[in-house]
Amino acid sequence: MINRIFLFLVLGAVAVLGAGAIEGEVAKQALNVPAIVMFVIFVGATLGITYWAAKRTKSAKDFYTAGGGITGFQNGMAIAGDYMSAASFLGISGLVYLNGYDGLIYSIGFLVGWPIILFMIAEPLRNLGKYTFADVASYRLRQTPIRILAASGSIATVILYLIAQMVGSGKLIQLLFGLQYEVAVIIVGVLMILYVTFGGMLATTWVQIIKAFLLLSGATFMAVAVMAHYNFNFGELFAHATELKGIEIMSPGGLVSDPVSAISLAVALIFGVAGLPHILMRFFTVGDAKEARKSVFYATGFIGYFYFLTFIIGFGAIVMVFQNPQYLDVAKQAISGGAPILGGNNMAAIHLSHAVGGDFFLGFISAVAFATILAVVSGLTLAGASAISHDLYASVIKKGQIDSITEMKVSKVATVGLGIIAIIMGIAFEQQNIAFVVGLAFAIAASANFPILFLSMYWKGLTTRGAVIGGSLGLATAVLLVILGPIVWVDIFGNAEAIFPYKYPALFSVIVAFVGTYIFSITDNSQGAKDEAEAFEAQYIRAQTGIGAEGASEH
Amino acid sequence: MKKEMIEKIKNDPNYQELVSKRSKFAITLTIIMLVVYFAFILTIAFEPALLGAPLSSGSVTTVGIPVGMAVILFAFILTGIYTKRANGEFDDLNNKIKDSVKDL
Repeated sequence: MINRIFLFLVLGAVAVLGAGAIEGEVAKQALNVPAIVMFVIFVGATLGITYWAAKRTKSAKDFYTAGGGITGFQNGMAIAGDYMSAASFLGISGLVYLNGYDGLIYSIGFLVGWPIILFMIAEPLRNLGKYTFADVASYRLRQTPIRILAASGSIATVILYLIAQMVGSGKLIQLLFGLQYEVAVIIVGVLMILYVTFGGMLATTWVQIIKAFLLLSGATFMAVAVMAHYNFNFGELFAHATELKGIEIMSPGGLVSDPVSAISLAVALIFGVAGLPHILMRFFTVGDAKEARKSVFYATGFIGYFYFLTFIIGFGAIVMVFQNPQYLDVAKQAISGGAPILGGNNMAAIHLSHAVGGDFFLGFISAVAFATILAVVSGLTLAGASAISHDLYASVIKKGQIDSITEMKVSKVATVGLGIIAIIMGIAFEQQNIAFVVGLAFAIAASANFPILFLSMYWKGLTTRGAVIGGSLGLATAVLLVILGPIVWVDIFGNAEAIFPYKYPALFSVIVAFVGTYIFSITDNSQGAKDEAEAFEAQYIRAQTGIGAEGASEH
Repeated sequence: MKKEMIEKIKNDPNYQELVSKRSKFAITLTIIMLVVYFAFILTIAFEPALLGAPLSSGSVTTVGIPVGMAVILFAFILTGIYTKRANGEFDDLNNKIKDSVKDL
């Protein structure tokens, strides 16, 4: 039973977190002409925006934060665009298609971190920070060690997440557009480099906004088309679906029968979201704390609505795709007993788009999936580049003695570098089992980035020594437990049994980080520690009131 | 921030009111969200049959469907409640604090 739960958690997390939107070998499809035409229109429009944004991106502040003049509504949409990856669209609807109710449980886990971000993080983050969350963590602590720690956590999270996105995107595009895997990865990498180096945060923001709009519109159309078949009556839809797949799809299955795994996954999701550098960075694009709050309000609304739609889409796929031979891999029927869906369960939403809207709408949804990938990788790359240029280069190496233009140039070089790394990793990892990658990214975000950020905002007693040791312990524990856990130790290294039995280490690694930080802070009797405690009051006042906070730039 | 300004803000009753009200409100809402979410997850872990029960006799729709949808809606409503109060009452208090130190 436990094994089944783990298998399920692994599959679920892979599907939802998007480690590989499409697993295993994928057959290259015939060229999908409407999809390519619509994608070319999207790329043309976004490159136009990038050109417009490039003319407005004149300083480091413009580059990192779009000048800080994005409105709460726009930023809420962009956050949603940053967070709703292609894999969560395809993965969650695929999970609903496969297991019904359990898919909903996953989506709820991905949503509940957002209110917590609003109540605890958004406002002090906006009031204390400038470009990166390391600005906040190092506000009253020693710059060099804290920046190095925060930048390591950021870069590790970004690169792991990028690998997952690149591999998933290569396979998805291969399947949808009939392009070669390497070509697909290179197109994604090059476009992302173009958006970010030339248009900075302004172009990235608009790519994310447009993508969120397209994704929400397309998903709404699909959900409405499905419901129209059933006179907008959920009872009829569910009744038909259970006739095909059995009554079990309406109840919780084996997803979270083990409380430790359930709680650990919840910790990873809630604290992980609050430690993702590309998400945190979005809060610096708005003018003040008021707009930051509105951002989360709108983002939570869009993301919640999106999960509601994916639930309907998953059920729609059950009733319209599950028994339609057009979408099934009949060749495999003899082996497994039932015909699996072409391209795997994560293609459920794609097939449904064809079932409700024909070739044209399939092309539209395919183009939206591609756009979605671009928006997510652009946000990630920008966050990684700012950790390199702002935290490591400008603050650690140059000790802040650097002008804004040079810092922006370094950031652009870092963007190109990260883009090339992403392309190489994407190609290198094509045939690898990358199921652990996004889980690890969330674990690091939850256990290294989040505790330091949170304690620096709220705990007077935090010292540099405590933060550096506690954060490093959290990072090391997360990495170690993932390696010793079932996915890497058993599935990749081929050992019979995992040394650490749980797939999600967050519950343990987050505790290690907090306890380590606490112990090494309270035992720190240095003069530096006393000065840091003394500086807390001024920091807290700024965090609460926004007096002295970074404003929007004038233009 | 200047020493003088810190002292003034720290002793400003508006500031003390802002911090105490907002902290209480934020912590309360955080706890409510966590309790709702963990109640949901732990029900699934220990008593899944509760959520698998039919909504009415003969219906295939289970209790879990409206409950799950309600958790999503609830998360959104909580962000709305916080944003409304913070952007109104708390920001009004905050503006008074800012006004009182703008000459410093």
